[in-house]
Amino acid sequence: MNGHLLEVKGLSISFIQYDRGLHQVSLPVIRDLGVTVDRGEMVAVIGSSGSGKSLLAHAVMGILPYNASAEGEILYKGEPLTEERQKALRGKEIVLVPQSVSYLDPLMKVGEQVKNGRKGPSWREKCRRILGSYGLGPETEALYPFQLSGGMTRRVLISAAVMEEPELVIADEPTPGLHLDAAKRVLGHFREMTEKGAGVLLITHDLELALQTADRVVVLYAGTAVEETDSRAFDREDTLYHPYTRALYRAMPEHGFRSEPGSQPYVKELPAGCPYRPRCTMALPECSCEVPLRKTDRGFVRCIHREAEV
Amino acid sequence: MDSAKWVGMQILRMAVLLAAVTVTVFALLSLSPVDPLTTNVGQTALGSMSAEQVKKLQEYWGVGVPPTVRFLGWAKDLLRGDLGISLLYRRPVIEVIGERFFNSVWLMAAAWILSGLIGFFLGVLAGRKRGGTADKLVTGYCLITASTPAFWIAMVLLMVFAVWLKWLPIGLAVPIGMSSADVSLSDRIAHMILPALALSMTGISNIALHTREKLAAVMESDYVLFARARGETERSVLIRHGLRNIALPALTLQFASVSEIFGGSVLVEQVFSYPGLGQAAVTAGLGSDVPLLMGITVITAAVVFGGNTAANILYGLIDPRMRKGRKKR
Repeated sequence: MNGHLLEVKGLSISFIQYDRGLHQVSLPVIRDLGVTVDRGEMVAVIGSSGSGKSLLAHAVMGILPYNASAEGEILYKGEPLTEERQKALRGKEIVLVPQSVSYLDPLMKVGEQVKNGRKGPSWREKCRRILGSYGLGPETEALYPFQLSGGMTRRVLISAAVMEEPELVIADEPTPGLHLDAAKRVLGHFREMTEKGAGVLLITHDLELALQTADRVVVLYAGTAVEETDSRAFDREDTLYHPYTRALYRAMPEHGFRSEPGSQPYVKELPAGCPYRPRCTMALPECSCEVPLRKTDRGFVRCIHREAEV
Repeated sequence: MDSAKWVGMQILRMAVLLAAVTVTVFALLSLSPVDPLTTNVGQTALGSMSAEQVKKLQEYWGVGVPPTVRFLGWAKDLLRGDLGISLLYRRPVIEVIGERFFNSVWLMAAAWILSGLIGFFLGVLAGRKRGGTADKLVTGYCLITASTPAFWIAMVLLMVFAVWLKWLPIGLAVPIGMSSADVSLSDRIAHMILPALALSMTGISNIALHTREKLAAVMESDYVLFARARGETERSVLIRHGLRNIALPALTLQFASVSEIFGGSVLVEQVFSYPGLGQAAVTAGLGSDVPLLMGITVITAAVVFGGNTAANILYGLIDPRMRKGRKKR
């Protein structure tokens, strides 16, 4: 099979929100996002907390809330991922690993949730084996979600995903609330999935952890993808091309821990053109126009300071 | 908390509740402007009586005795298990209540179960999809019936089904002029249909609206989103997650609604002249039959308290979060 396992092209997601009274505003939480995931590859989409990047996962799964809408193209195995295909594939070939215990039914035992309604000795056996492979004993099956620790919850959620032998795994913020070792272990489990041939799309705000495990990263700034590059590009500052990505690099503890002044703009008050322009030291007048994607040796960047256009 | 302590606590609570309710009712009755003699004997009859006779009657109705003395006397008897003798019926209160309760209990049980089942079903129908057609219809119906007094619904039902259509009897618990040996079960049921319907009507909206709200919240929860992401159909989501998560609040609601059914029965029984506990309460209140009214108050408060306690106990037994949490402690 040729082409990417998952290819997202020009995806924009907006949220309808009631402003004052009955006045509706559309909040563009994600704009013109492109990302590809190949088999055996782990791609991280990095954005700040609360920026609506979970909606990317929901758009691919086809479970966007009623007040959100998506535009753009999503291809799975080279073919458009239509609503029918989403329905047929989700939970089977394409699985979601959500972020917290609130995604488990509070009144259903863990074993039953991992099995997802399937009965019979072979499923029971499989459930037990998978939980066991993540260090969860058979006694876990009889527990209710409120009895799980944060780390156990993640492993249960991962077990539920692996039950299906998925080809594409979308992990939505799988690490918050975990201490570093536990978070690394969780990401290690996703790495194992890629070794078995699955593609993993990791949605996270944790740059450091993402760089340690992912093959490639897509950096979001205020909902816009500013740069896509491979994880090793973050070894040195000059292999990064977007001024924001470089600022992220410099903000990492081992690279100086320097923070840039200002903060990401709220989606309602986005500047025209490049969203980073107000904070960028290299900003030019042209930056307030639409900035197209430009190819780099490692991926792409959305900055006028690069020459070649995609 | 171990169970012996818990039971003790519940008994104490009930005692406090009963004490508070009886004192309040008694205080209200003593403040009532109703003169027992004028109401029950009549102005003309009183006028034609000798002073001696009037004095005797005053003694019988307890006129002139300070309220605290009367209350303490009543409370002392209650502690011995004696509810006193009804002044109007001239029979032990416990007997009158027993008879009335037997009539009412079927009516109230029918209304209670009916409103629970229909309310739950409508609530599920509406809450499955907030803002859908079913939701709009059910919510509209509920808002209308919730803002309609039970006695008015009772009168409308009476007019339509008993007076115009003549399908059902206009009142009472048994046919008029029939000896009690000849009354069949179907007669009793026919007399119960309209009161039970009127009584359950307002209960339905309460339960349906609560169930709808809870189910709608469940259907918008993270775990339902995840269930959808795992390929579960809407039907499976509703049955596996929706019903599971609204069963407990529905149960609580159902037991808590016992009090509303009791309250509603007073008005509804009055409209249908149904000889139940509610009607006896009205008669006793208007006729200053203090022992009977106090007796009904005690029994009603105890039943309502029992309903709420049952909800508490069931919740603890069924909800794993409470069950396991208690074990751990």
